[in-house]
Amino acid sequence: MPDYHVDHLTHLEAESMFVLREVATQFREPCLLFSGGKDSICVAHLAYKAFWPARMPFRLLHVDTGHNFPETIEYRDAFAEKVGARLLVGSVEESIRSGRVNEETGPNPSRNALQTVTLLDTIEEHGFDAAIGGARRDEEKARAKERVFSHRDEFGQWDPKNQRPELWTLFNGRMRVGEHFRVFPLSNWTELDVWRYVQREEIELPSLYFAHDRKVFERDGSLLAETEFTRPSDGERVETRTVRFRTIGDVTCTGAVESQASSLEDVIAEVAAARKTERGTRADDRRSETSMEDRKRQGYF
Amino acid sequence: MTTRNDETPMLRFFTAGSVDDGKSTLIGRLMFDTKTIFEDQLEAVEKSSKKRGDERLDLALLTDGLRAEREQGITIDVAYRYFATPRRKFIVADTPGHVQYTRNMVTGASTAQLAILLADARKGILEQTRRHAFISTLLGIKNIVVCVNKMDLVDWSEDAFDAVVRDVQAFASKLDVSNITFIPISALHGDNVIERSQNMAWYEGPSLLYHLEHVHVGGETNLVDARFPVQTVIRPHSDEWHDFRGYAGQVQGGVFKPGDEVVALPSGFTTRIEKIRLVDRELDEAFWPMSVVMTLEDEIDISRGDMIAKPQNRPEADQDLTLMVCWFSPNKPLQARSRWAVRHTTQEARAIVQELHYKVDVNSLHRVEGNVESLQLNDIGRVTLRTSAPLFHDPYRRNRMTGSVILVDELTNETVGAGMIR
Repeated sequence: MPDYHVDHLTHLEAESMFVLREVATQFREPCLLFSGGKDSICVAHLAYKAFWPARMPFRLLHVDTGHNFPETIEYRDAFAEKVGARLLVGSVEESIRSGRVNEETGPNPSRNALQTVTLLDTIEEHGFDAAIGGARRDEEKARAKERVFSHRDEFGQWDPKNQRPELWTLFNGRMRVGEHFRVFPLSNWTELDVWRYVQREEIELPSLYFAHDRKVFERDGSLLAETEFTRPSDGERVETRTVRFRTIGDVTCTGAVESQASSLEDVIAEVAAARKTERGTRADDRRSETSMEDRKRQGYF
Repeated sequence: MTTRNDETPMLRFFTAGSVDDGKSTLIGRLMFDTKTIFEDQLEAVEKSSKKRGDERLDLALLTDGLRAEREQGITIDVAYRYFATPRRKFIVADTPGHVQYTRNMVTGASTAQLAILLADARKGILEQTRRHAFISTLLGIKNIVVCVNKMDLVDWSEDAFDAVVRDVQAFASKLDVSNITFIPISALHGDNVIERSQNMAWYEGPSLLYHLEHVHVGGETNLVDARFPVQTVIRPHSDEWHDFRGYAGQVQGGVFKPGDEVVALPSGFTTRIEKIRLVDRELDEAFWPMSVVMTLEDEIDISRGDMIAKPQNRPEADQDLTLMVCWFSPNKPLQARSRWAVRHTTQEARAIVQELHYKVDVNSLHRVEGNVESLQLNDIGRVTLRTSAPLFHDPYRRNRMTGSVILVDELTNETVGAGMIR
């Protein structure tokens, strides 16, 4: 008898679908964190496949900082409609207005960290017991340590030194009332895997991922878009360059890279040859050596 | 999309060994030399190394990602890393060496197909490495690579290498391992990691990366015993799919084809497979690791936790299971009459410990019998459980997925043990 193997994307897809089906059955009220970025799009696509021809049993939750690229919001709404998923928006703006959080001040204000409060509030308000995210272990060194089923205590905190052993594919989603889980179906995918999968599945992405002309300025080695939320300070010169985004998040902390990659093929070639991590363009990760771990401990994505 | 050939396109391995044997450095080296490390990661490591006053770039900082790990210079939890060559994609679990973190090492090993054990050329294999070797084989890993590391510190001496090889072979003869390979390396300098070393002309084998790219790991998935644990039932309740009733799951053994006669357990009803679907695509066959939806010709009662198999080849279905258990709880021991929740494939049941037969001394590999009252943190022993419902299982040696269970503390919800059936 010959050996049977599937290619590695098919293998990753099958594992992720297994994880998503476990979430649907082990939890009472799971949601899928949807930012309009390629990773969460990929997870939502997998969820669509895992439950077809039924509708995916998750609501899409977008934690909206109010500092978005308009392209992201357009894409988000169209996507939710296309897959027939219900969309819920948690608003950081609202958290600020109601006094739950204070807007950052200083030279590089960002609402990125504030999202944690809005996220945890939304999870509590709607009684979500699991939030599915698109984080991958290859993104960042603290994420490399995280389980697929990652437990959060009643304060939404992650305890990295005391994670549950996670063996084989026997995921343990048991918890006490008030606690919840974060689940990461793309844990074992790399950035390149995601791109190749997008290509293979012919998944449509927001236009921001492809090269376009945009007014940008340089700050701490990142190229930031000029928007109503990100304005150049003295000495920072705005110029039009051909750029694209490797990750899409809040406008204030998502840097662009100069690129001529206007098609998926070009982007894949660029990612395969890239010498900097995609999060290298994220100002939020560069605040300290363990800034991701610190944010995750408090309940960040 | 699916291919039939002899080689897996994706290899999962883990690294184990004692503290300071250089595991994290080796992974850092593999990633650095396969150009998987990005410039900004490298800059961050350079900065950290310099800040700590290190003489040389500390590659271990690439995988020791937690604050506590970086402060103490040790690995606490598994870090997963990814790299690829044109031949294969690799998923690496870098597991901790310290004895109190053995449970994290077991986590990393449970999904691996190959183990890299590191030994310090000056010290031979230490207790922790023996423990790791034993656990690897207990977890069904058939391929072990022993990297004799720090060869630069023994003047690249063949005698030093041979001494470690003899040491390991004496120990390994008691283990169930089919393929054990020895490679002398220096993770720090990169000798025999990617390229063959110029410093050890006496060594005629391949470099570590070459070995990882070419090692045969096929045949480890069970293609004989068809097993399909049902995860969930798909009922669309839509006009278009009004009567659709599909069983979603991942094939965990054997091959299923449309038209095959199947049996549903526990009901025992038999029917035939109508279609196997991946979204709107109809498949000619399904095998591990494919996640699919099956429809059956007859409507029979099947729900999550049930198993679809072939009538002539059924899994065992008794309520008394004998298993080897690794115990993880620092607070509660496993004792006779203690009760736990047990998770197996997509089933969950309750279990009571009927008997604790013996413990294993991981150094001598001898059984400690008589008067064994409990399994404590990091202990390994043979246990008989009585479960509240039959679990449809196979021996772990035949199928890692249908042969494994986890034990969960019903009070704290913690995963407290891992069990391998017979």
